Amino acid sequence: MATTRRGKEGTRDGRVTRRQLIRMAAAGGAAAAGARLAGAFPVPAVLGAAPVKIGLLVSYSKVYGQLGEDITNGMTLYFDSVKWQAGGRRLTWIREDEEIDPQVGVRKARKLIEADRVDLLTGIVSTATAYAIRDMVHNSRTILIVSNAGGDQLTRARKSPFIFRVSFSSWQVSYPFGKWFYENVARAAVLTAANYAFGTESIGDFKQSFVPAGGKVLGEVYPPLNNTDYAPYIAQVEKLKPEGTYNFYSGSDAVRFIQQAAQYGLTKKTQITGAGFMVEQDVLPAEGPSALGIYSPLHWALTLQTPENLAFTRAYRERFKRDASVFAMQGFDAARVIVEALTRTNGDTSNKDRLIEAIAGVKFQSPRGPFEFDPATHNVIQTIYVRQVRQVGKTIANVVFENLGRVRDPG
Amino acid sequence: MSYYLLQALNGCAYGMLLFLLAAGLSLIFGLMDVVNLAHGGFYMLGAYLALSLVRWTGSFWIALAVVPLLTAAGGFLLEWELLRPLYRRTHLDQILLTFGVAFVLMDLARWLWGADVQSLPAPPGLDRSVLLFGTLFPVYRLFVIALGAALGLALWIVLGRTRLGATVRAGVANKEMTQALGIDIGMVFTCVFAFGTGLAGLAGVVAAPVQGVFPGVDFETLIVTLIVVVVGGLGTLKGSFWGSLLIGEADTFGKILLPQLALVIIYLVMATVLLLRPGGLFGGKTR
Repeated sequence: MATTRRGKEGTRDGRVTRRQLIRMAAAGGAAAAGARLAGAFPVPAVLGAAPVKIGLLVSYSKVYGQLGEDITNGMTLYFDSVKWQAGGRRLTWIREDEEIDPQVGVRKARKLIEADRVDLLTGIVSTATAYAIRDMVHNSRTILIVSNAGGDQLTRARKSPFIFRVSFSSWQVSYPFGKWFYENVARAAVLTAANYAFGTESIGDFKQSFVPAGGKVLGEVYPPLNNTDYAPYIAQVEKLKPEGTYNFYSGSDAVRFIQQAAQYGLTKKTQITGAGFMVEQDVLPAEGPSALGIYSPLHWALTLQTPENLAFTRAYRERFKRDASVFAMQGFDAARVIVEALTRTNGDTSNKDRLIEAIAGVKFQSPRGPFEFDPATHNVIQTIYVRQVRQVGKTIANVVFENLGRVRDPG
Repeated sequence: MSYYLLQALNGCAYGMLLFLLAAGLSLIFGLMDVVNLAHGGFYMLGAYLALSLVRWTGSFWIALAVVPLLTAAGGFLLEWELLRPLYRRTHLDQILLTFGVAFVLMDLARWLWGADVQSLPAPPGLDRSVLLFGTLFPVYRLFVIALGAALGLALWIVLGRTRLGATVRAGVANKEMTQALGIDIGMVFTCVFAFGTGLAGLAGVVAAPVQGVFPGVDFETLIVTLIVVVVGGLGTLKGSFWGSLLIGEADTFGKILLPQLALVIIYLVMATVLLLRPGGLFGGKTR
């Protein structure tokens, strides 16, 4: 969280005051730490041309800190496999912390674009930050490869030719599930979500296919974000006696909601379902047996049996001593997109239009299945899976048991 | 009807959780006039230490007994080494110090335990649910209510009926006079501070099965605790107890009756209380 502030004081009588000395030392310390962070990854020998500078802006602090680390790890894994080279040039990166605060995100993005002059920007965990930097990125003609932020509008009303998304749009995850829920879980449902853009958008997307299929919404409950005590809300849901519920929570909210729902017996009384983030690898170990039986849609699962995924998860586990998550997979794919595009342009990052065309044309077999961009929106086109949390041997994992087909965000 | 009784019980459980935290903070603030912004940090440290102790020994009860001692020792060191030299200075310096310590604790926790959201399971025996008011209610929350009430009673007896308690109350009322009577007010300060951080650690252990353990839990809880302390009145145990219950119930019923205002209910309560009684519900003179 350290940011150096540049004060306006000059010296007093030509002498350096103690306060300035402390400030200089702090600035020096921060610069050294920053340089260490930036140079923390092994970089192979110089290949002649100037290295490609990639700006990585993700969250390393607070509740979504693990997501930032997962994305970084995923990218590292891929870049290592190509020895940090693409199109005949060396790859380097400068990492910054977006902290979940859009104002901080804007400041750091500006620093990466204007001061550091990065060739490409990537990352962005929080949708709010993505929306906040959208205009700056578009106006400065900086290519942004989003590896998380799922706000629908980023590739719809607020899309830009410079912005690509390799992760997902909330619509892609929740919309196909509404109809499936009606056909396989229950005809009537209670919907709950953390009261912020990602949550309310997802519930809206679910309703878009659930209601026309014939589904009835018994009630909607929106606890605030970062809520500690879900007991009052769980009691409200129970009062409506639904057969099934669709929920949206992530991070610590998800852990608390699932655990408290189990304690109050909600998981036994009704079928709980929720967007995949509610039971993803970052929170599933903490939720434990309380999450068993939950259905969730998502564009990936740790247990997905594609050869690419088996290789990816094994390599990730070996390297980082922990299981991969959907965020790590997104980082891995973002890195691959960058490398493949640079290979196509032979390392040319100055011709933006050519680079954009190269990125848009990237297609490959990702751990999640076939990967390609929608040329109209620059959002990823991918397969959505339905998983269920089950006991698999000694661990609890999301097991894929249904495929909802290729899903393309309408734009 | 049973629905509202259930919600009232929920509010009570949340209130008791707040009380465990508020009691320590209120005492420190009331006696030493120091806003200990690191209080949330000790709470979080308590939760993380409990996590490690439970993994190491397998017993929640050992963690419950040992962790408060560890955080009390930490508080003792903090007060002795870092805070004492600042009593001569202004409030701002003390706040800056405790705020700085809070950041250090947060990063320390992230470094030692990682940024994941982690979970401390309730001890066997308390991880069941019983049928209450027509629905299943977790036994662990009943335990929290009982613990809060027991602590409240114990503190009331110690503060009201013992010499040590009298000393502390005298210090809260008028520290110069207490000193003039020959009591080493410095040692009283240190002990109360250590006791306060010990309580914060205890609250961390007890709340962990409900709240989860993750970096950021310190500041989230600190804010609510500050509100409770202000609403109840600084330095009074009665204030902490009833303030916690009021905030706990207001938060719970606010969420279900006025969901649009869920985020601001407790601030509205605080504003109302302060308008009617500027010293808090049971606070004496305003400082």
